[in-house]
Amino acid sequence: MTHWLIVPIILPAILAPFIVLAARYHIGIQRVFSLVGVSAQIVLGLALMWQASDGTVMIYQLGDWAAPFGIILVGDRLSTMMVLLTAVLALLVMLYTIGSRWDERGRHFHALFQFQLMGIMGAFLTGDIFNLFVFFEVLLIASYGLMIHGGGNARLRAGTQYVLFNLVGSTLFLFALGAIYAETGTLNMADLAMRVQMVSPDATVGIRLAAVLLLLVFAIKAAIVPLHVWLPSSYAEAPGPVAALFAIMTKVGAYAIIRVYTLIFPPDHGPTAGMHDYWLMVAALATVALGMIGVLAAKKLDRMVAFAVIGSMGMVMLAISLFTPQGIAAALYYMVHSTLAAASLFLIVDMVKDSRANLRLQATWPVAGAVPTAALFFMAAIAMAGLPPLSGFLGKLLILDASFGNGSVVWIWSFVLIGSLISVVAFGRAGSTLFWKARSIRMPEDVDPGPAPSTLSYVAVGGLLGLLIAHTVFAGPVTAYTTSIAEQLFAPDAYITNVLETPGKLSTPADGGGH
Amino acid sequence: MSLFLIVALPFLGALLPGLMNQAGRDACSGVTFMVSLAAFIGLLTNLPSVLAGEVVTVGIDWMPLLGLNFTLMLDGLGFFFAFLILGIGLLIIAYARHYLSRDDNMGEFFTYLLLFQGAMVGIVLSDNILLLLVFWELTSLSSFLLIGYWKHLPEGRQGARMALAVTGMGGLAMIGGMLILGQIVGSYELSVILQHRDLIQADPLYVPALLLILLGAFTKSAQFPFHFWLPHAMAAPTPVSAYLHSATMVKAGIFLMARMWPVLSGTPEWFVLVTGAGLITMVLGAVIALFKHDLKSVLAFSTVSHLGLITMLLGTGTAFGAFAAVFHILNHATFKAALFMSAGIIDHETHTRDIRRLGGLRHLMPITAVIMTIAALSMAGVPLLNGFLSKEMMLEESTQTVMFNTWWLVPALATLAALFSAGYSFRLIAHTFFGPKRDDYPAAPHDPGFGLWGPPAFLVVLVVTIGVAPFLVEDFVKIVTASVLGTTAELPHAYIKIWHGLVPALYMSLAAVGGGVILVIMHSVLQKIWDATPRPEAKVIFDATISSFVSLARSLILPLHNGAFSRYAAIAAVTIIGAGYFAWITGVQGAATRAPQAATPVALAGWAMLVAATFGLVFLHRNRLLALIMMGIVGLMVSVGFVYFSAPDLAMTQFTVEAVTIILLLLALNFMPNRSPVESTVLHRVRDAFVAVAGGFGAMAMAWHYLLRDAVATPISEFHLANSYKGGGGTNVVNVILVDFRGFDTYGEIIVLGIAALLIYALTETLLNGPVRARLLNRVPDQPRAGGMHPMMMVVLTRVIMPVVLMVGFYIFMRGHNEPGGGFIAGLIVSIAVVMQYMASGFSWASSRLRYPYHGVIGAGVLLAGLTGIGSWFVNKPFLTTDFTYVRIPPFEKFELATAAIFDLGVLLAVVGAVMLTLESFSRLARTAHTKDSVHPMDIDPSRQASTEEGA
Repeated sequence: MTHWLIVPIILPAILAPFIVLAARYHIGIQRVFSLVGVSAQIVLGLALMWQASDGTVMIYQLGDWAAPFGIILVGDRLSTMMVLLTAVLALLVMLYTIGSRWDERGRHFHALFQFQLMGIMGAFLTGDIFNLFVFFEVLLIASYGLMIHGGGNARLRAGTQYVLFNLVGSTLFLFALGAIYAETGTLNMADLAMRVQMVSPDATVGIRLAAVLLLLVFAIKAAIVPLHVWLPSSYAEAPGPVAALFAIMTKVGAYAIIRVYTLIFPPDHGPTAGMHDYWLMVAALATVALGMIGVLAAKKLDRMVAFAVIGSMGMVMLAISLFTPQGIAAALYYMVHSTLAAASLFLIVDMVKDSRANLRLQATWPVAGAVPTAALFFMAAIAMAGLPPLSGFLGKLLILDASFGNGSVVWIWSFVLIGSLISVVAFGRAGSTLFWKARSIRMPEDVDPGPAPSTLSYVAVGGLLGLLIAHTVFAGPVTAYTTSIAEQLFAPDAYITNVLETPGKLSTPADGGGH
Repeated sequence: MSLFLIVALPFLGALLPGLMNQAGRDACSGVTFMVSLAAFIGLLTNLPSVLAGEVVTVGIDWMPLLGLNFTLMLDGLGFFFAFLILGIGLLIIAYARHYLSRDDNMGEFFTYLLLFQGAMVGIVLSDNILLLLVFWELTSLSSFLLIGYWKHLPEGRQGARMALAVTGMGGLAMIGGMLILGQIVGSYELSVILQHRDLIQADPLYVPALLLILLGAFTKSAQFPFHFWLPHAMAAPTPVSAYLHSATMVKAGIFLMARMWPVLSGTPEWFVLVTGAGLITMVLGAVIALFKHDLKSVLAFSTVSHLGLITMLLGTGTAFGAFAAVFHILNHATFKAALFMSAGIIDHETHTRDIRRLGGLRHLMPITAVIMTIAALSMAGVPLLNGFLSKEMMLEESTQTVMFNTWWLVPALATLAALFSAGYSFRLIAHTFFGPKRDDYPAAPHDPGFGLWGPPAFLVVLVVTIGVAPFLVEDFVKIVTASVLGTTAELPHAYIKIWHGLVPALYMSLAAVGGGVILVIMHSVLQKIWDATPRPEAKVIFDATISSFVSLARSLILPLHNGAFSRYAAIAAVTIIGAGYFAWITGVQGAATRAPQAATPVALAGWAMLVAATFGLVFLHRNRLLALIMMGIVGLMVSVGFVYFSAPDLAMTQFTVEAVTIILLLLALNFMPNRSPVESTVLHRVRDAFVAVAGGFGAMAMAWHYLLRDAVATPISEFHLANSYKGGGGTNVVNVILVDFRGFDTYGEIIVLGIAALLIYALTETLLNGPVRARLLNRVPDQPRAGGMHPMMMVVLTRVIMPVVLMVGFYIFMRGHNEPGGGFIAGLIVSIAVVMQYMASGFSWASSRLRYPYHGVIGAGVLLAGLTGIGSWFVNKPFLTTDFTYVRIPPFEKFELATAAIFDLGVLLAVVGAVMLTLESFSRLARTAHTKDSVHPMDIDPSRQASTEEGA
């Protein structure tokens, strides 16, 4: 019996209360535990990904109960990759937090951070849809705590909107779970996959409602138009490192859509046809358009980046909505890219913010540490706008390539390419105003721009950009791997049999399968 | 040298200038020069194989799944361009060393320059067209940095952005074109694509691909109507203008057309688009150039014009056209780079580039005068200079080209362009160097050091050499032309000659030169006419376009995201209801499988109360206290509903949760105004009412639908019912589900509860450290306060009742596994016991008796639950596996010991901690407001209060 699969969830779940219990007044100790925790997550992520890389589907039966009666964790290629991505992001964000001393600006940062990680890891690893709800709650409440960390009127107001809107999502999730349980009598994803196939074509309303409501829940998390409205101000007002960590949160929504709509409601499933297989693409196109227009419209740098996040989620969704192995592979490649790019941009925004009165896109005196910050911004903006040579460009090529043969190819290409142009123009304007025009403005005598960002902050941002470069250079192996993930997703038999046929407590060979 | 290394050297070397910047300007430019030189020599080592007509290829896989591979190839065309890029690059680096002032950051400059150089070499050596795209966009980016190099100049910033926008657009269009091309052929390798002319031209996607690729090429090479960015890019330092915007980058579009020539050319679409755009650009650029006063502007528009000339030649689709184009690329690069560098010298020495402030410089700057005059004469197409040769070939080709069935159209336009070209070239010479010496130059002009005039002088030597002895380069030009043509056409048998005899081209040439002289003579008159003619100003149009897009975007985005939550909620609700309705009407409903139960009077009464309370809430919600009471009724009715449906556990939980929530909310209401203000208009409320009613009906329909239908298979709850005692050791299935079957969910939920409490605490802390603190301190309660804050009766009662309540809690906890109860409910009951003490005797008194801080209680609870789960690892079972046994200690009955109970204890602790921490946080707000909070349990002694007040 090995327990590695659950450790990414349990480790933060033990660290966080421990910090609250024993070290809540000692920021130094908290930092040590937090850092050790996220570093261990990387090792775990690597080990799990290596385990899953040969196609093995690891399962972990909580309480020793066999699926579908107990809760089950599943580690396949997709979920372990997401775990690793989260861990890597968490480490760099943590470094930045310590470097910028954000954790000292309020209470319980590290405990909330660990709880947040627990929620994200749980969402990626669980094989049970109700348990997914629980982890959504964990990550929502922890993220709310992180979001309002440090306080301030604008932040608290944005935080209230964030948590209220997401509570609407949680309520909807409960409706959807009620619907899906009433329709199928189960909550385990693999079991759902089996039972959804048993739905008669003469009574499809129930399952259609469940499928649509569930999609909307995930769409809120993934910030798909028109359910994205919560994102711009929350991400813009959140503390820099928190916004950077949130780069993975929208991906939780994307992950859930990939998981549920390849495993449970595959595109060729008759009773749920004509819904997500059609409308998701429309929404994704709208998301790309809105994100890019928002980037152009934004008057402040932080909002601009927030809209860029929406736009990149649109790209991810576009690729997912093709519902082909090629599309999913492209989406996954782009997802990794988008996470790293968004995180680095938010951190850079935070660096700029520290020595300016506000983040309006108007020239003021040069910020402290302007030259290295400008260089980092230039790179991150290139990545976000999807220009060569960074992975955004490759991801875009993959998506365009994957959409060949789709009926909506002209729409997809136009939206993606024109969207990129808009974001190039917008980022060019922003960068030249913030970093170039600033050179022509003399520093007022009475203003102290404060110290330049710390070395550790630069290490964190540099690390993210370094990962983007690695994501570009090793695009070949990475895309090969995302393709193998997509293949696994589109051949879920191994997943389903492994989950449903592994016996647990009180299982007899007869009822081991659960039917 | 390996092609990889040739491409990689400038990129790797780009790190060096920044590093060597500290070591001085010579060191900095020196390393840059060495890097370029190494790449240049590396290129030359491949010359023998190119001359032998071989194609050198290397490649490694990058993204084989996409077809994007790092494959490079070197043929005549690639060699030719790489030779220009690296060769002129060397001259530019030498020139820039002396051009840049001490205030300029040379390391930064050379870093960008090398990045650009690498990208440019990458374009011309790419075999894979997707790789070519990568380098293509890289040149746009590095050009952006170079144009904006003087960051303090607004022209630099604007020019940089304009160039990026226009060439970026072209690049993005080209992505589309290249992908289509690759899809048609099935490969992205040029070496493969170039073999499939017929396949490509027969494909229905040929025209879209052609349009998109040409969009890329035209924007990059500043062809009409995208020519406008190039003059604005002249805000860059002159070495950049000379290098990027005349000799190399703007030729990338030309390169691409030449590269794709074998497969794309020869169709009517290609001819009309390419030759048409080329002709217009050629004439337009030449005409505008004549009337510009800034030396660099004249050169910029002349570059536009010459690029049009080359484009036009490529568009004809004949082998001779291609031949002439290749030759003119070479000639233009030599004389134009020399001209730019000379213009830079004049700017450097006289501090102006305005041609109207110059004149008479031939005496003051003789060396520069000679260099610039020769180069300009070459540009004008004067014999014995290289510009003449290729211009003759162009005119020759134009006489062979019939457009729109009009034989004279192309030759006439070509002659016109040549005429204006001669005109501005002569003006450049006449108005700069000739005329009287002036005494109002902004600075005293004199010839610069060798460092500045050496590089252009070298180029001018080439101009003359090629002009006099064209046979020296003829073979090379033919090899390059052969690689342009590929297998599509035969190499023309023509020779490059100075004297062709009395052919039409000669007369056209004569007319052009003669006309040019007349233009210069009449210039002042023409200039007046020109100045009086209204013309569209590209920059104004561009800026207006961008800013109108921005304001359009703002009017779309900003109102939608104005932060009004009610609007967001309405959007969400409408989306959800709409999507649900869509799913509903497009599905098949199917028959009900269950019969509805009859509505009993009790159920109806409960229902009526729920409805009434909800309506009450809607209409009374402005009075916050009443709203809370209504919510309390709803909660209680839900609890009753649970009882009615035989779910005592849920009822107990709901009931205790209600009690605790109401207490906490009351406490919170204490800090808020009694009534919520009216913030919405009637229209908003009507909208919200519609949405709410629709949502309500939707929820009802859903409930109705699902309640009347069975699941498709046996629900998993059957298993739970059957196995709760056997596997979980408890007869209370709800509790066994909570702590055993789905204990992991409970674990998550207690964490949610704990986090909620922590963040309420953190929020309070932030509030108390911020401006809110002052508001709280100065708060005047809007309700009369109670006379005694801590009434004696209540104090006594709560003290007495506390052990009883705790006992009930203990009892509920213990019985939980088998009877309704459990850790969660018990936790709430224990909390109520403690909360009562706070209510009775106040925060100070209660918290001074607090032995375990609530943070710790939460932490301990969550830890305990987690560690219980981990405990099962020691017996090699998964997380949260439970075990139980029955023991009997006389004289008691047999009772059960279950590990689940420890987990449940963790739940209890977490619940108690969370509730109490929340209460404590609220109390802290209250305490700040009423600083008079007593440390005594009761307010029984008035004198004591007075003395405390006096003391305070």
